[in-house]
Amino acid sequence: MATKPKGSKKTPAKASKADMLKFYRDMLLIRRFEEKAGQLYGMGKIAGFCHLYIGQEAVVTGMQACLKDGDQIITGYRDHGHMLACDMDPRGVMAELTGRIGGLSKGKGGSMHMFSKEKNFYGGHGIVGAQVPLGTGLAFANKYRGNDNISVAYFGDGAANQGQVYEAFNMASLWKLPVIYVIENNMYAMGTSVERHASEVELFKRGISFEIEGEEVDGMDVLAVREAGEKAVKHAREGKGPYILEMKTYRYRGHSMSDPAKYRKREEVDDIRTHHDPIEGLKGQIIEQGHATEDDLKKIDNEIKARVKEAADYSLESPEPDPSELWTDVLIEGAV
Amino acid sequence: MPVDILMPALSPTMEEGTLSKWLKKEGDTVKSGDIIAEIETDKATMEVEAVDEGILSRIVVPEGTEGVKVNAIIAVLAEDGENIQSPARPRESGDPAPEKVPEPDPRLRGEERTMESPPAARALRDHSLPEGTTFTETTVRDALRDAMAEEMRRDERVFVMGEEVAQYQGAYKVTRELLQEFGERRVIDTPITEHGFAGLGVGAAFAGLRPVVEFMTFNFAMQAIDHIINSAAKTLYMSGGQMGCPIVFRGPNGAASRVGAQHSQDYSAWYAQIPGLKVVAPYDAADAKGLLKAAIRDPNPVVFLEHELLYGQSFPVPDMDDFVLPIGKAAVKREGTDVTLVAHSRMVGFALQAAERLAEEGISAEVIDLRTLRPLDTDTVVESVKKTSRLVCCEEGWRFMGVGAEIAATVVAEAFDYLDAPPIRVHQKDVPLPYAANLEALSLPNADDIVAAAKKVCEGAV
Repeated sequence: MATKPKGSKKTPAKASKADMLKFYRDMLLIRRFEEKAGQLYGMGKIAGFCHLYIGQEAVVTGMQACLKDGDQIITGYRDHGHMLACDMDPRGVMAELTGRIGGLSKGKGGSMHMFSKEKNFYGGHGIVGAQVPLGTGLAFANKYRGNDNISVAYFGDGAANQGQVYEAFNMASLWKLPVIYVIENNMYAMGTSVERHASEVELFKRGISFEIEGEEVDGMDVLAVREAGEKAVKHAREGKGPYILEMKTYRYRGHSMSDPAKYRKREEVDDIRTHHDPIEGLKGQIIEQGHATEDDLKKIDNEIKARVKEAADYSLESPEPDPSELWTDVLIEGAV
Repeated sequence: MPVDILMPALSPTMEEGTLSKWLKKEGDTVKSGDIIAEIETDKATMEVEAVDEGILSRIVVPEGTEGVKVNAIIAVLAEDGENIQSPARPRESGDPAPEKVPEPDPRLRGEERTMESPPAARALRDHSLPEGTTFTETTVRDALRDAMAEEMRRDERVFVMGEEVAQYQGAYKVTRELLQEFGERRVIDTPITEHGFAGLGVGAAFAGLRPVVEFMTFNFAMQAIDHIINSAAKTLYMSGGQMGCPIVFRGPNGAASRVGAQHSQDYSAWYAQIPGLKVVAPYDAADAKGLLKAAIRDPNPVVFLEHELLYGQSFPVPDMDDFVLPIGKAAVKREGTDVTLVAHSRMVGFALQAAERLAEEGISAEVIDLRTLRPLDTDTVVESVKKTSRLVCCEEGWRFMGVGAEIAATVVAEAFDYLDAPPIRVHQKDVPLPYAANLEALSLPNADDIVAAAKKVCEGAV
């Protein structure tokens, strides 16, 4: 049932040069995008809630590498990274954050509410835990249609305490639905540490009473994430039902932009950044294995910065939605 | 001493049923707990267990008898050694088993009479139907079932899920025989997990399926209301029009009978307040069928409020291959000139009864069945008030912040100069629904209340 990797002596996961460079690029895009979003928030260009993914980039990047066309993903409110990993246009994401017509939801959704049917990204949900039954419903649709697609439902350690998560686990296991539950355990549910909110802190065990296999994964290592993801995806795609991956990860920034982060020590954050950063870790491996030089990586860094700057510029140039947009998209017209 | 075996009630609303089978015959020895007979109603089948021991001395009601009243004597049990031919002893006063249950206040039971739609009302409603359309008397329950079955035949993406919808054939038998026709892939029994299966249904709708999610009653949908509102109703807007949610949430709403406060609430006003939802609450079987078919085809989330106390009532349903009614259109169910009675769901029946009684007193009432609460057809109401100048809003739910308040405010805003009296609201009393028969009857609105309100609003005019 629930399994834990045997100590830290696990053989490091391997990857090709091309994969490693892609992961580096993808994670860096999320990092730089989120840094820019934080900056624009500070300038008053982005308002409301804004939850940054900085520190957790390896989770969605590694998982996305396991998926194929038609597989769906869904997540909660910390969703910018997931959208970028799904190849949604950074300009559209940023312009949504600034509340402009060029945003993916025409400025009507905001940070927590973006979607793309084309890229199979089903949101972006602001109610903690809601994405778990919704994602299970996506899996239900795949099974109903008899295709071999799977869905991935991401949620945090905080959401893992919501009752509806277990209602979904029960049905998913009962009906052998092809869904992977990725628990992004970043150690804090807003300001409450996992030790203070969970009676069983090993969240990968939360599926035991539903007969759902689960395992703990180093969510700061993109290659470890992919390795675990592939196993889980294979399980779900073969019709064996749901699978739980608990990604041990960490967010460097506050829960949202308005979080003073008094609940943890500065040293704790610094220690993770220095010793466990997913991007720095992969960078070290790339250089060590001779796949690229510091200069090569610097070039990638510059390309990403340019791309993020373009997104930021776009998000500030795109106009606010026309007042007539207030009344559109409430219902699909022309029914029946 | 012989003991009478009485026809049991399967539910608080059952008044009669069919004695479908005797499993014991006269002369058989019966122990308490033995199954002696099977009875059924249009809703359910149940086995009758013996409570006492003895010999089945006489079967009073033969198997296959329909319309056996609850508490009628169906057999007589003799104790060992008694003359098994002897009839049951006449009851003496002080006998713990009551000879007959006291009739509830007729105010409560008045509505249980099967109500014939007046032919005039039928003609009014059916002007859009082709000449020569024939009708079949159908219960609301079967009309809803037929609507689902027809849509499931028409569209492979439509499936039904909920508690007891498949093997049990529906807690109220609304999904009867769907499992047999469509199989377990498309008729799905869920665990008792409203929040979970509502969310799962919404996810499946996001992915392009057409779920019909049954709540055993809407009381239980409060556990799922976050998904109905936050996930289903708001996502189209929040996605800038990309992510539609074609789903129907359906089930009985409002007060059943004698089930207490937690199982008896009218959610009309709750859901009707939410932009992004359509809310339908039909009264008769034809509307139930035509509107449920429309709801299933609608690309938007639809909350479809049924009424348990209407399920067993029969109405004419047009014999058409594809009878679909537009969502968002009220119907004038009876024309009148003196006062407009606006109602939805079960209150339409009371309004029609009230109109009949008012006519005897010389007051001509027009009865409008809203049928849909969102979008609300205020035009039909306003046009009627322009003719009658008087308005009574009838709803089963509470008055405060209710449907009647919305209609009255709209009429005051749009037809103020036509009004000859302030609108009056008929509604449930502002308390949780009590269990005691007399208090329940006092709490719920009925035809008497509508008659009284109509007379008051017409004071001095007729």
